[in-house]
Amino acid sequence: MDSTASDTANEPVRPHPDQRLRRVDLIFSQYTRERYKVLKTVLERDSDDIISELIDSGLKGRGGAGFLTGMKWKTARETAGDEKYIICNADEGEPGTFKDREILTRVPRKVFAAMGVCGRVVGSKTGIVYLRGEYRYLVPELEKEIRVFKVYAEEYGLDFDIRIFLGSGAYVCGEETALIESLEGKRGEPRNKPPYPTSVGFRDKPTVVNNVETFVSALEVLRMGAAEFKKLGIQDSRGSKLFSVSGDTPQSGIYDLEFGLSLAKFVEEFGDGDTKAVQVGGASGFCVPRKKFHETTIGYQGGLTGISLPTGGSMMLFNSSRSMFNVLHNYLEFFAEESCGQCTPCRVGCQQLLKGIEAIKRGEKSADHLTTLLRLSDTMRLTAKCGLGQSVANSFASIVENFREEMIY
Amino acid sequence: MDELQTFVKMLAEKHGNRRESLLPMLQALAERYRHVSGEAMAEVARELDLSTAEVYGTATFYSFLDTTRRGKYIIRICKTIVCDMHGKNQIVKTLEEQLKIKVGETTHNHKFSLLETNCLGWCHKGPAMLINDEVYSDLTPEKICQIIADYRNR
Ligand SMILES: Cc1cc2nc3c(=O)[nH]c(=O)nc-3n(C[C@H](O)[C@H](O)[C@H](O)COP(=O)(O)O)c2cc1C
Ligand code: SF4
Ligand code: FES
Repeated sequence: MDSTASDTANEPVRPHPDQRLRRVDLIFSQYTRERYKVLKTVLERDSDDIISELIDSGLKGRGGAGFLTGMKWKTARETAGDEKYIICNADEGEPGTFKDREILTRVPRKVFAAMGVCGRVVGSKTGIVYLRGEYRYLVPELEKEIRVFKVYAEEYGLDFDIRIFLGSGAYVCGEETALIESLEGKRGEPRNKPPYPTSVGFRDKPTVVNNVETFVSALEVLRMGAAEFKKLGIQDSRGSKLFSVSGDTPQSGIYDLEFGLSLAKFVEEFGDGDTKAVQVGGASGFCVPRKKFHETTIGYQGGLTGISLPTGGSMMLFNSSRSMFNVLHNYLEFFAEESCGQCTPCRVGCQQLLKGIEAIKRGEKSADHLTTLLRLSDTMRLTAKCGLGQSVANSFASIVENFREEMIY
Repeated sequence: MDELQTFVKMLAEKHGNRRESLLPMLQALAERYRHVSGEAMAEVARELDLSTAEVYGTATFYSFLDTTRRGKYIIRICKTIVCDMHGKNQIVKTLEEQLKIKVGETTHNHKFSLLETNCLGWCHKGPAMLINDEVYSDLTPEKICQIIADYRNR
């Protein structure tokens, strides 16, 4: 294991002096000293108009499959139900992701305001923040903020309550249907989809599940207007996105960057001069080797789109001192532990991939065995029940194919 | 009624005796008794009108709902890739030396438990760990000695 601490990693995060990357300040910007003014303005608008604006902006989910946020709200609005629920997914378990925690720390009001707007649009009176247990220390401050929200909501005639539900250390509970099972007091085992939560969700009622950042981005769209928002980003990837940058970089931290940046530019800005690979989208994302930095663009369609899109915004940099075998081994241990065990391809597949690469490394299996393992990961992609098992192949194939020698010797 | 029964009753009143209350109840039990015991599960099952097996199945799914008794301070050190790259092994070694226990164990006086966990969401300041709900980041062996000394005096 290469566990030598790089000297720079413990330094405080410095603002970057160079402006070549298109940096923006949407998510963390503070609008005004007048609390909840944006909420008031938005609530005065017609719900269909709000949905049209969101759809027009092209805003896609910042936590999962990159689904159009406006369409999600529209479906939940149009589905009949005596009760409906708005859930903020603050489970943030993807390795290398730490932006939702920062949002909830710095701009919780934006999150709650957006949940309130969503409640009005969809016709829901109940919002739930599913907060990972690891972030429990945030609860007192968040509860204080919820009380502030409630005062303003009442003043603006919005009948909407928000409460916090704590997770207990399970990555798979970030998956929206597992999250709902967990909320219902059960094991966090993903459900079959369809039906999607927008029609059959929490307590089998229509439910919107959105990522923390998605809520804030939605509020930004409504504040600035779709036209302004669309000026940011490229083609199908509109707006900006928070990136959690970590690993071998002198500038680890959270950055609000416009979509459409090339990975080469990103590495130029954030690398330590010796970057050999970047893992985009966390353990369930893709590993991009140096030779492909130039041809890789960060966005929903930038050639990285697979089952799991790099929407979480995790960017882990590895320099040439790192063993990619160790990196993959660490990811596979993670998946093997976090698999809910409900379906065989994932439960057995994760174990077999892990054992397989260990056996090859020890010389007990020939290098050809990698081909068998790649086939296995492909089978998992096709047959696993949820995104966890389906996306193991992303990192597995992209690391094995690009760093084959490191797997063997 | 013994203390456990009273506590479970109180939890059921606070959260409501529905299935949905199960996780908050188990979380509260784990916090108070430093684990969820078999008796606690049976008591919760009775209170919520579930089978004990259902409660057991749910409790054991979640890594933070310990089913073996832990210490007053549960140290969970992140073992995921970024913390690993930035010296997590050295931190674990220092902790093991300081506490004279191995990962997975609890000190005899039930003050400390040392566990590993997956990514804590502090990768940019790794290595990182939790002690109960508190986060400690940018860890070095020196920092660890300081932190443990502080907790010893609590
Ligand atoms: C294994 C797994 C873990 C996930 N973890 C999270 C998470 O921590 N936070 C999150 O917002 N979405 C997570 N998702 C995606 C959710 O299922 C869901 O797509 C998302 O919350 C929808 O919100 P969005 O449309 O705003 O992105 C996860 C998905 C899978 C398969
Ligand atoms: S793919 Fe893995 S995590 Fe998802 S349902 Fe199957 S076993 Fe569970
Ligand atoms: S890898 Fe340790 S906190 Fe994320």
